[in-house]
Amino acid sequence: MELLVFVAASAMVLGGALGVILMRNPVHSALGLVLTLFGVAVHFVALEAHFLAAVQVIVYAGAIVVLFLFVIMLLGVDSAEDLKVDGLTIQRPLAAIIGIGTVAIVAVAVLRTRSTIAAGPALEASGDSNIRLLSRNLFSDQVLAFEITSVLLIVAVAGTVLLTRKQSGPSGARKGS
Amino acid sequence: MLAAIEPTTTWYLLLGAVLFGLGSVGLLVRRNPLVMFMSIELMLNAVNISFVALAVRFGDISGQTAVFFVMVVAAAEVVVGLGIIVSIMRRRPGATADDLAELKG
Repeated sequence: MELLVFVAASAMVLGGALGVILMRNPVHSALGLVLTLFGVAVHFVALEAHFLAAVQVIVYAGAIVVLFLFVIMLLGVDSAEDLKVDGLTIQRPLAAIIGIGTVAIVAVAVLRTRSTIAAGPALEASGDSNIRLLSRNLFSDQVLAFEITSVLLIVAVAGTVLLTRKQSGPSGARKGS
Repeated sequence: MLAAIEPTTTWYLLLGAVLFGLGSVGLLVRRNPLVMFMSIELMLNAVNISFVALAVRFGDISGQTAVFFVMVVAAAEVVVGLGIIVSIMRRRPGATADDLAELKG
């Protein structure tokens, strides 16, 4: 059963990823991204990381992809990109070599440490639920990072408002560069 | 027979490696800035899978907290990045990554 879930979710993840990088229309790429993110959420559920699965669906599929689609429709860049045109003739083979090389290096590293991972300390069966453990860790050990995150979000929102503001504002508005 | 095989942590790590490779190829090949951004999201999700798989294997919840922070920072990054793309596209409609050399010194 676990095997079936793993294979199905992995097919979703990899199929969606191929859709992102192969589809000519950015809207179709965004839909491929949704498929990948749902596949990752299924993996999280299978790994019993329930809170992260919920956050994955709400934040990634619900907010980030919708933001992507908003921008695509706002800008009207939904015209298909011609994948045949190649800026640099060497770019495609070089990218393929880099991608395959990255996967090969990481796969060799993972397979070499397989025995270490298998021989590590066993999973301690805690009675608490996943979200209880996560919140206890987040609000005790990682509380400083959590507070700094709020500063990051404020800065990001304010910076985005500043970036996308119309240049010819009302009188007295400072002209941005 | 097949039901006896259970996916181990190594399988999840290999899946993360393949997903990271696909994301990096997409980032290098595509020239639409939006699709390049989506490829970055693929790479972030590949790392998240690895984090959660190892966190579950070793029973350490800190890995899942790290994934939580990765998601928050990814959301902030997407907001700022899309803001930049919108302001660039407003000046030069249909710009690709090759055209964005205005800041070059």
